[in-house]
Amino acid sequence: MEALAKIVVKAAEAAADPAAAKNEAAAASAGFAYGLAAIGPGIGIGYIVGKAVEAMARQPEAAGMVRTTMFLGIAFTEALALIGFVVFILLKFA
Amino acid sequence: MNDPSSLFTSQLSGGAPEVAVTRHMLVRGLIAAPLLILIAGFIWGADGAVSSAFGCALVMVNFALAAALISTTARISLALMMGAVLFGYLIRLGIIFAAVVLVRDMSWISLPALGCTIIVTHLGLLFWELRHVSASLAYPGLKPSSGGEANTSS
Repeated sequence: MEALAKIVVKAAEAAADPAAAKNEAAAASAGFAYGLAAIGPGIGIGYIVGKAVEAMARQPEAAGMVRTTMFLGIAFTEALALIGFVVFILLKFA
Repeated sequence: MNDPSSLFTSQLSGGAPEVAVTRHMLVRGLIAAPLLILIAGFIWGADGAVSSAFGCALVMVNFALAAALISTTARISLALMMGAVLFGYLIRLGIIFAAVVLVRDMSWISLPALGCTIIVTHLGLLFWELRHVSASLAYPGLKPSSGGEANTSS
């Protein structure tokens, strides 16, 4: 009930000042966008590097090839975080 | 890898392929940057062009830092490399965040231009390099001689 009352109060405030409500919502969602966008790449990079290290330890003669593909894999995975980051700066600052 | 301790003692010596890959991407970035700046300038004006140049520089510094971290730590131990990549990811995102926060109130910044340039430059350079790498893996005879063949020692 308390949560419902808070929502009703927020809705009333938003109706009174739509611009402030929009800014508040943008700030909150910017944090969520960046945070959520960083989780997946973090897991992905950990998985890529873990498997690459395992492959290099098992087959040292292929280490050069594994490192090259690992580096590219890391950079591609990181692109997801960067997209989330760009959404963050556009929501928060633009 | 039967012995887990080998992860801590194994190190990679010899050439660093990620440095070679990054060098290629930096050269290509320098080739593509004027075009991107021109396009951003056309869409967002002079502010967009400057912001686009800043975005290109950020992406290239990000790639160079990633390669430096991997190549340095791989010579020490594989476990350290793993840790450095994971924490380096956080550090590099933090550096980009700090760079954007520092310039966000400048008169010349255009955030949409900066954001678009970061995404386009990052993905564009990666796909451009991926074509080269996949071709050199599929046809090793055509691989450039400057590529890094790494040796491993425990």
